[in-house]
Amino acid sequence: MKTEIIAAGFGGQGVLSMGKILAYSGLMDDKEVTWMPSYGPEQRGGTANVTVILSDERISSPVLDTYDIVIALNQQSLDKFAPRVKAGGVLIYDTNGIHKHPTRDDITVYPIDAMDAALELGNTKAYNMIVMGALLEAMEYKLPMENVVKGLKKSLPERHHKLIPLNQQAIEKGRTLLKK
Amino acid sequence: MEEVRLMKGNEAIAHAAIRYGCDGYFGYPITPQSEVLETLEALMPWDTTGMVVLQAESEVAAINMVYGGAATGKAVMTSSSSPGVSLKQEGISYIAASSLPALILNVMRGGPGLGTIQPSQADYFQAVKGGGHGDYHLIVLAPSTVQEMADFVGLGFDLAFKYCNPAMILADGIVGQMMEKVVLPEQRPRRTDAEIREQCPWAVTGREGRRKRNVVTSLELESDKMEVINHKLQEKYREIEANETRWEEIGTEDADWLIVSFGSVARISTKAKELAEEEGLKVGVLRPITLWPFPSEAIRKAADGKKGILVVELNAGQMVEDVRLAVHDALPVKHFGRMGGIIPSPSEIVNALKGMVND
Repeated sequence: MKTEIIAAGFGGQGVLSMGKILAYSGLMDDKEVTWMPSYGPEQRGGTANVTVILSDERISSPVLDTYDIVIALNQQSLDKFAPRVKAGGVLIYDTNGIHKHPTRDDITVYPIDAMDAALELGNTKAYNMIVMGALLEAMEYKLPMENVVKGLKKSLPERHHKLIPLNQQAIEKGRTLLKK
Repeated sequence: MEEVRLMKGNEAIAHAAIRYGCDGYFGYPITPQSEVLETLEALMPWDTTGMVVLQAESEVAAINMVYGGAATGKAVMTSSSSPGVSLKQEGISYIAASSLPALILNVMRGGPGLGTIQPSQADYFQAVKGGGHGDYHLIVLAPSTVQEMADFVGLGFDLAFKYCNPAMILADGIVGQMMEKVVLPEQRPRRTDAEIREQCPWAVTGREGRRKRNVVTSLELESDKMEVINHKLQEKYREIEANETRWEEIGTEDADWLIVSFGSVARISTKAKELAEEEGLKVGVLRPITLWPFPSEAIRKAADGKKGILVVELNAGQMVEDVRLAVHDALPVKHFGRMGGIIPSPSEIVNALKGMVND
């Protein structure tokens, strides 16, 4: 098993922390993991992205041409990374603010409205965990939820552990959003 | 068995320094390595091991604090990124001239000048050919994984003390910023004053009536004496070359083509090797782990019977010169690199290789 993922969006949408939680969840599931962020001023606005690789074997390159799964949370990221989904791969994108939708027919495309789902949940800060739910559902490799919860515990500071049930709820809600 | 953790390369450096029993860290923040200082401040080792962590007023101050600490036989280190490491060069030359052990980390970013904060390997020349003035060498280690970031702290200090010579970990923004699994070394106690006096008889620890005074200096105004010092340094460098050259080879034996890369780029090259093999090209990867001493002999042996060597680096062509010297133009040697903080993708490397094959 090897899953190569990139998540991209605006700085502040939480793609880096979502990637971190995913990486920790993979670690808890005994996988080799690599988490590579774009770093620098983009964390304070602009476009941020994170590559996460989960694998049974030693991971060679943290830098990739194409991905099994691309998550694009704004138009710029969609334009940049939709062409880089492997044939047969998965593209998840948030439809908010998107005016040019993807046209590829050799991949599975899941448009989602994660902000709407977060609002339904009553907490817009859970946005990235909604997206993570969609990702977990779309992944061929099924990460057991108990290890995702362990991943949440590992990556969140102790003072935020009271938020873990909310995050779990958001992930479960995100799982229901996938419609082709 | 130590717990497996997930951390950034920069964080691993900080944890490993404390666990090595490092006596002091002196630094000044700069992207992409500020997490080293931040992590040390968060871990507060002064409360546990007694390690000093100090944010100096500048990079120049930090390297001179390292010089002072090293002169007393303490295990001391500093870290910075390219522009900051340039500022440290005078101090590094003095530390090398004084034959003192110290550890310097450079998490390279794009240059010249303030350049960019994105990854680069453009400080290869600076690290292996001097950087500062005078005939000296640093022992230069190039990590390609977060685990190696952690491991090379101990290795760097051990080599620095074994040869009384400064060692440098030459990393880049990729390996500094990315998170991977890491098993940290076990906590070692800091050396006691008695141990330092025993292991470092040259250290300025206070005479206390025990012996002749020790003098640590890089100044010698008499040329006859200075040349003796120069020869001694060169002898030491030949000994390091003979004993401490390290490298890794991936599938070099039955390959037709060889890629030579260091640090994180060696991993992108390994992925390129896998892609090239799908297209029927037989490729091996040789990764120098010590950039000085350089694995010239290993490259010469690995190049035997090959059709050509592609050297891939995040610069305009620096290590490629040492590869050419190693093989004496016995086969074609080409360079492929990206600059300005751009990281080549595996397929770009495959294309560069194909260009060489079709030449």
